[in-house]
Amino acid sequence: MRLLSSRPVLFALQLLVAVAIIGIWHIGSTWKVPAGLISQKSFFLLDPFFFSTPVAVFERTWKDFATGVIWYHLGITLLETALAFAIGAAGGVVIGFWFARRRIVAAVFDPYVKMANALPRVVLAPIFALWLGLGIWSKVALGVSLVFFIVFFNVYQGVKEVSPTVLNNARMLGMSERQLLRHVYWPSALTWMFSSLHTSVGFALVGAVVGEYLGSAAGLGYRIHQAEGVFDVTGVFSGMLVLAVFVILIDAVVTVIENRLTVWRPTVPAGH
Amino acid sequence: MSGVGGLADATPVTGAPAAAELEGVRIAFPGSRPKDAPFVAVEGANLRVADGEFLAIVGPTGCGKSTLLNAAAGLLVPAAGNVRIFGAPLAGLNRQAGYLFQAEALFPWKTVLDNVSIGLEIAGVSAAEAKARSQDWLKRVGLGAFGERYPHMLSGGQRKRVGLAQVLIRDPKILLMDEPFGPLDAQTRQIMGNLLLDLWSLDRKAVMFVTHDLDEAIALADRVVIMSAGPASRIIGEWRVNLERPRDIAEVRLTPEFHALHREIWGALREEVVKGYRQTEGAA
Repeated sequence: MRLLSSRPVLFALQLLVAVAIIGIWHIGSTWKVPAGLISQKSFFLLDPFFFSTPVAVFERTWKDFATGVIWYHLGITLLETALAFAIGAAGGVVIGFWFARRRIVAAVFDPYVKMANALPRVVLAPIFALWLGLGIWSKVALGVSLVFFIVFFNVYQGVKEVSPTVLNNARMLGMSERQLLRHVYWPSALTWMFSSLHTSVGFALVGAVVGEYLGSAAGLGYRIHQAEGVFDVTGVFSGMLVLAVFVILIDAVVTVIENRLTVWRPTVPAGH
Repeated sequence: MSGVGGLADATPVTGAPAAAELEGVRIAFPGSRPKDAPFVAVEGANLRVADGEFLAIVGPTGCGKSTLLNAAAGLLVPAAGNVRIFGAPLAGLNRQAGYLFQAEALFPWKTVLDNVSIGLEIAGVSAAEAKARSQDWLKRVGLGAFGERYPHMLSGGQRKRVGLAQVLIRDPKILLMDEPFGPLDAQTRQIMGNLLLDLWSLDRKAVMFVTHDLDEAIALADRVVIMSAGPASRIIGEWRVNLERPRDIAEVRLTPEFHALHREIWGALREEVVKGYRQTEGAA
């Protein structure tokens, strides 16, 4: 087990999974099962019309980047994601803080918050499109509606669950209400927010892409939708590939930021 | 009484007001349901700590020792009775007191240095001066090289040292300590006890030190107060500890005077410990 968990070995194994999947896909979509073996006619296990081929998908992706068309759409999606995250997180922090510090406000709004959060956000997309048009803001709004609740609940919890001993200590050290806010509640709330950073950034992206998919003129979601509309499976897969790599890159950036912001926290040992 | 210890005088005859004085203090918590009778933790507690005196409060687990300390800190308002700090009735938090808690009380998101300097910074001391004085205090508690670390990177004993520096840097007139070394192992407790005595001997603040460990109480204090098992626990006895200072916690325990005093106090405490133990067992 020790050998298997070392980093290069792990990486090699991860690579192996990708190679295996792409290999199966490649063989299934380019090699015809000869006539008479299973059926009277020869056929593909994975019909390229429905599944495209790995080579075609990589070629298309390469071409999109080489000609530069994809950059514009990537930029739009990134902008929407960033705006959705920033606005949603800011709103979540402010409202979460307010609710946690004012018990009566939290009690009054509690059922409405639960109702709003229980609503599947996709049904809001047409409303947002109607209100905000087909530009980026309807997508941002959809992302905000997702990010807000994640951050809100985490900040609310973070402020409410400050250790009473730490709080008493701060009071005995002479902190005023404002200083408590700055030195105790605020850092505590932020840590809870950062602990949900991966989830909330992910949801900001989901909001942007779903919004684009449902109606827009730019962005990765739009590209995938367009390709689907003309049965261009290669285009759909290429869009998904770009999206997947994009998500991994954003996640890596978030990890770096998270590590910098939470140096003070005990590290959870990796693995079990 | 003669010898090293004995029942303390009922009323110390001093002109100066006590650093902290609790008079007929009763502390009650509301029952879990509104119609339930309130739970009385402490009843009729009278306690005086003179300026410069090291007082230890000993009692069985759950007897309300910490509650009494919280009343002196102003974190709890007594249901009856008076709390006076240097003669003045206590209103709100006790601004003259520093409090060392039993549980983890450091700010986990601040470095060790920032944890120590925060008390000065919120009091308006410039950041540069606060940092310099904090570094000095870290050296005094033996953590000069640990300023940039975060609390979770330290051992339990080191965190208590930081806590001590955090409280003492503000130079409180009264030091309240709630089983501060309780979670530590025996050796570390001794080392911490000696560190505490060293620091205390420099400017002799009034100390209220709560513990369930009679050995620790006698080794540290000028006077030991015993509380009965709760609920509605009272103060049932007090003894003066006339062991010579400066003391070494480990060595003072080996002296015959220590043993004699220990035997005497334990005679009174044992019954209460058994009572308290039976109650917690019954409740569990």
